[in-house]
Amino acid sequence: MSDAPPVSTELVQVLDPDGKVVDEAFVDSIPLDDVVALYRAMLAQRVYDDRMIKMQRQGRLGFYLACTGEEACCYGPTYALEDRDWLFPAYREPGTALWRGMSLQKWVDNLVGNEDDPVKGRQMPVHWTDREHNIVSISSPVGTQIPQATGVAWAAKYRGDDTVACAFFGEGTSSEGDFHTGLNFAGVWKAPVIFFCRNNRYAISTPLEKTTAVEDIVLRAHGYGIRGVKVDGNDLFAVIKVVREAAAWARAGKGPTLIEAKSYRMAAHSTSDDPSKYRPEGEAEAAEARDPLKRLRVFLEARGVWDDAAETAAAKAASDAILAALEKAEAKAHPGLDTLFDDVFAELPEHLRTQRDELAAHLASGEADYTPKTAG
Amino acid sequence: MATMNIIQAVNQALDLAMAADDDVVILGEDVGKFGGVFRATLGLFDKYGEDRVIDTPLAEAGIIGAAIGMALYGVKPVAEIQFGDFIYPAYDQIVNELAKFRYRSGGEYAAPVVIRTPTGGGIRGGHYHSQSIESVFCHHAGLVVVAPSNPYDAKGLLLAALDSEDPVMVLEPKRIYRGPDHGTNWSKHPKGQVPEERYTVPIGKAEVARPRTGDGTPVTVLTYGAMVHTCAKAAEKAAAEGIDVELIDVRSLVPLDLETITRSVRSTGRVVIANEAPRICGFASELAATVTEHCFDWLEAPVSRVTGYDTPFPYTLEFAYLPDAGRVLAALRNTAHYA
Repeated sequence: MSDAPPVSTELVQVLDPDGKVVDEAFVDSIPLDDVVALYRAMLAQRVYDDRMIKMQRQGRLGFYLACTGEEACCYGPTYALEDRDWLFPAYREPGTALWRGMSLQKWVDNLVGNEDDPVKGRQMPVHWTDREHNIVSISSPVGTQIPQATGVAWAAKYRGDDTVACAFFGEGTSSEGDFHTGLNFAGVWKAPVIFFCRNNRYAISTPLEKTTAVEDIVLRAHGYGIRGVKVDGNDLFAVIKVVREAAAWARAGKGPTLIEAKSYRMAAHSTSDDPSKYRPEGEAEAAEARDPLKRLRVFLEARGVWDDAAETAAAKAASDAILAALEKAEAKAHPGLDTLFDDVFAELPEHLRTQRDELAAHLASGEADYTPKTAG
Repeated sequence: MATMNIIQAVNQALDLAMAADDDVVILGEDVGKFGGVFRATLGLFDKYGEDRVIDTPLAEAGIIGAAIGMALYGVKPVAEIQFGDFIYPAYDQIVNELAKFRYRSGGEYAAPVVIRTPTGGGIRGGHYHSQSIESVFCHHAGLVVVAPSNPYDAKGLLLAALDSEDPVMVLEPKRIYRGPDHGTNWSKHPKGQVPEERYTVPIGKAEVARPRTGDGTPVTVLTYGAMVHTCAKAAEKAAAEGIDVELIDVRSLVPLDLETITRSVRSTGRVVIANEAPRICGFASELAATVTEHCFDWLEAPVSRVTGYDTPFPYTLEFAYLPDAGRVLAALRNTAHYA
């Protein structure tokens, strides 16, 4: 008998799309208060995404990228893992930081790129960083975080720390070389890492069928000698369940797990594309029946801990909070000119000091196109 | 003091760093039991074990990607890329990730990985074992790039790289690994004498590899890596013709020692810049522009470049391609006699 780690294509589900519990024991293992808090956070995320897309349309944000329909794929794993575990989000997992406690204001400051932006206005919106919560800064080239997560996991194991790394990415990214190399290294090293693939069926406009000839991304785990699990990515409970199991597997020294979370990108890829140009008519509407929030709400209402009034109040609170944060963020100044040159190296080298002084002189000359934005 | 070649100096630097700090680990292709194709890690696997001298799968992007993760966590990885020519699968990880981590995270995360890789021609390696890669990486903000030209600097710069909080690429000129010139070894070269103990050579500092004698028309030569020795040979020949060369081993490409370079060129008024790499956008071009900006009023002759040709690196005609002492000498004559 082979001792290769198991790879399963059986869809793990705890709550079906109608909100019916199919795994009572697991549901009972999660405190109901936690489920309410998670639902509230996911609902807030839905509201944030909706409002921020509108703000981008109004010209108040340069860019935005929503996780609508995939909320369970960021809040679920983050809840399932320990705060000491390292997370490598792609750009569609704001819930990793917001759940761990990054302030909404800081997150919105990043969207605006102001003086309080954690990345000092150096990256596009949705490319934040959160060192305080062991969440690594976000990159636009997809998949680069996968071998890096393997490296963190190797280092944690080397140091003897009980720490797991988790890399998030979409199914489109599974075509990148970094996916292959990251999983291959992790398999060889038995590194304590979780590869969480959100299969939302689209790489911008490219459908799953043009990404891979295999039916399930999780089958690729076979090729790296690592454990593989397929889960309903719109089922918060199921996501928590499989991530917990993967973390336990990793902490037991058994190595990595590839999790394929079947989901659907209900939103556009970003504010720069229009899904009506490439998605079959009716597909997105059909996907609404599998909405991760919908089934969770049915569940909570059945338990008597949620109702229309709670829903309306929570949505309004989220909307008020994000719009207030945006107003505050917009009133803040641009990052100072020093931030253009700082952090390229640990210390400012002579050539950058010279260039910084040249820029300061240029701005002082009154001939520059750029005008610093001050607070207010 | 011991006589060492560059490989032995690199090996000793790694040994000292690993003995002093459990967090220093090596990863790369064939670096373990085999000790690397140039034997730079020989004996370290036996001494420090497979957890610290890691034979990786054959994938450069994986080596650098994983090394970045290790460094983010606080471990100090030294990644060996077997040949500079093979580094490009890791290009994205190096220029978009490694070089940018501190900046893109607002200073929250840094990945001070050390990358060692043999570069340049002269070992009959043909196109894919001979190329010079420095200008490509110097172009991307966030990387420190150094190129030692001798055993003493190879050890000192590598130990300085290990101390650095920034990612450092150490480009090792493979043709002078075992001797400064064909058929010679390092035993007769002063820089082949290497202290056994730990020391560092500061990053960002050039060195005068050959001072002026004060006798003849002064010319500055700027170069680095294996070309330091080609240029030294040319300088000896030029001296007999009344040309007095100050040879500067730039050795730290990013950051550059502007002070030493401008001090020399302003004092000689004439400069020849040599690199083995092709001419277009080669590092010699950057040096030429820098010298022109900072020393124009002092120049007595046009800035001259001696470089490889803008062709792929050849196999059979390798030594026709590589800039030799004769080509450097011709440039020295033109520059010294320009009026």
